[in-house]
Amino acid sequence: MSVLVTVARLALRSLWNRRLTAGLTVLAIALSAAMLLGVEKVRRDARQAFADTISGTDLIVGARGGAVQLLLYSVFRIGNATNNISWETYRELAAHRSVAWTVPLSLGDSHRGYRVLGTNTEYFARYKYAGDRPLTLAAGKPFDDVFDAVLGAEVARRLGYALGDPIVVTHGAGEAGLRNHDDKPFRVSGILAPTGTPVDRTVHVSLEGIEAMHIDWKGGAPIPGRRTDAEAARKMDLEPRTITAFLVGLDSKLALFRLQRTISTYRAEPLQAIIPGVALQELWDLMGVAENALRVISVMVAVTGLLGMAAVILASLESRRREMAVLRSVGARPAHVFGLLMSESATLGLAGVATGLGLLHALVLAARPVVSRLFGLHLPLAPPTTLDLALLGAVVLAALAAGALPAWRAYRMSLADGLSPRV
Amino acid sequence: MGTNATARAPSGEAAARLVDSPSAAPEVAVEDLRFAWRRGAPDVLVIDRFTVRRGERVFLAGPSGSGKSTLLGLLGGVLVPRAGAVRIHGVELSALPGARRDRFRADHIGFVFQMFNLVPYLSMGDNVTLPCAFSARRRDRATARSGSVRDDAARLLDHLELDRATLAARPVTELSIGQQQRVAVARALIGSPEVLIADEPTSALDAGTRERFLDLLFTECTATGTTVIFVSHEAALGTAFDRVVALAELQSPSGPR
Ligand SMILES: Nc1ncnc2c1ncn2[C@@H]1O[C@H](COP(=O)(O)OP(=O)(O)OP(=O)(O)O)[C@@H](O)[C@H]1O
Ligand SMILES: [Mg+2]
Repeated sequence: MSVLVTVARLALRSLWNRRLTAGLTVLAIALSAAMLLGVEKVRRDARQAFADTISGTDLIVGARGGAVQLLLYSVFRIGNATNNISWETYRELAAHRSVAWTVPLSLGDSHRGYRVLGTNTEYFARYKYAGDRPLTLAAGKPFDDVFDAVLGAEVARRLGYALGDPIVVTHGAGEAGLRNHDDKPFRVSGILAPTGTPVDRTVHVSLEGIEAMHIDWKGGAPIPGRRTDAEAARKMDLEPRTITAFLVGLDSKLALFRLQRTISTYRAEPLQAIIPGVALQELWDLMGVAENALRVISVMVAVTGLLGMAAVILASLESRRREMAVLRSVGARPAHVFGLLMSESATLGLAGVATGLGLLHALVLAARPVVSRLFGLHLPLAPPTTLDLALLGAVVLAALAAGALPAWRAYRMSLADGLSPRV
Repeated sequence: MGTNATARAPSGEAAARLVDSPSAAPEVAVEDLRFAWRRGAPDVLVIDRFTVRRGERVFLAGPSGSGKSTLLGLLGGVLVPRAGAVRIHGVELSALPGARRDRFRADHIGFVFQMFNLVPYLSMGDNVTLPCAFSARRRDRATARSGSVRDDAARLLDHLELDRATLAARPVTELSIGQQQRVAVARALIGSPEVLIADEPTSALDAGTRERFLDLLFTECTATGTTVIFVSHEAALGTAFDRVVALAELQSPSGPR
């Protein structure tokens, strides 16, 4: 039996002998590792979910302004457009020879805190997310009447709507003293399946519906004395005069940059066209601070766990001076004692990391059905990435480093400890 | 008292063993030794000369706190003298660098501390075989003696009247102090080191067990020619040894004591 085997066996036996404290130490390291990996996973999945918000769309066109602002109001339903696009301009650009399809978007109203989006049925065919996933209806059908509404999954769930329920749209979004379009209530015709995107928090109606609501309105307020009822509105010309933005799909990606330039230099009104992927990246970079803060926190948690381990080993060492002296007296050299304590730390570190990995996977497995049902997010149970492995390696290395201090102390401790019968 | 061990004529046997030995050089020799626990502190030990012949059994006596354990530590290379030399088996132990001294101790010296000698998480058998894991020399000797290290440990434990059948399964921390001391002695003896240094290994034994223990210890040491340096407060035990040395006699009159 070689000395190394002896030392390894001693390490395992001694850990087993102190299995309660060793177990707690392993748990502390496991939590640190799980935290590190968990934060990393959340960050990665969030980034993916974020990038998955919209796909299949080549350009988003809106009034000239910030690219991020356009992305925020057209896709994330956050903030407002500074200007609208005229219907004529939209018609003209939609007819451009490189354009395969367009989806008009008209924003500005809300329903109990959720944005109302005016669009057409193309929206349900063209809007894609998470690579290539289309919107699907959990119940009902897309709108075919002027006053039909299709609810995002979260809207229906939170507000408890079912098919056929009436909905009153509020003029504007979020500000105080809002006027309701209560003269022209909508009816829920369809409810979308969860997507994990802002679509879940949107009330979709037809462009005609938006137009009908605003028949008696001018400049954001109702014109006094005029009240056209819903039935009369149905018979009127409901072609919109303006929209807020529109999505563009191309026949060929080759035309992308040329069309982008054509739009941004469009003579009749100041427009901009953004590439969703690029704008998403830009927006994500803006959130880098939060991302880093998250990382710093998880690293601090990991360091806490490891310091705990060092403290436990150091404390146990005080009561093990005797044992070390005995080992030295039977021929163990300082290097062996050092090796013994380092193998203990390594074992704790490895066991902790393995437990942490298991813990995280168990957590993901447990959370998967819930997250999928509520948010439509698919939590992938991927094998650890290179970065994960590097993080885990760092935890084991840190465990070794934390163990090195007590090991060094034991190394230096005199054999003479055995002579004086201190307990 | 009145057993074989105590009745043995010391000088005769010791002399006989000496004739057998290949060299008459002392197995243990101390020269001009000075030791203080801390730099600048007064010397605890000032010993100009102390030798033990090969195979000799020396009983070291002295009042508590007089420095017996300290001297044993110096002889075992556990402590290093401030000045002077400690020679064991012809090697100047006190001049060896740390790692070499550790190796030398592992190969040639069986050491029994005054208290708490066992590794708590190892079984009785594993405690005894421990030196063989660190010293090839002692492993080979133990194997040569009984066929395997395990068997030699079993032989020694039986020899020291430790009932393996009932004790082996128990954690060593549950053994009585006397049983623990005997396990420690078995460990010090395995692989037949040249020198056995034992610090009060009998302190927890009753008179009957103590004498039988010594008897068995001496039988083992005679078979292997082991030199024994033994500390005990039990002055009556001294008669079983070749020589009784009072620490005060060793201390130089020029010393602080
Ligand atoms: N680790 C130590 N550090 C400082 N001084 C020590 C240490 N160990 C022992 N001493 C001192 O050295 C002196 C000799 O102690 P030692 O343990 O050698 O005595 P002893 O003869 O073995 O006593 P006992 O019979 O009680 O075991 C004592 O004064 C003691 O206080
Ligand atoms: Mg003592």
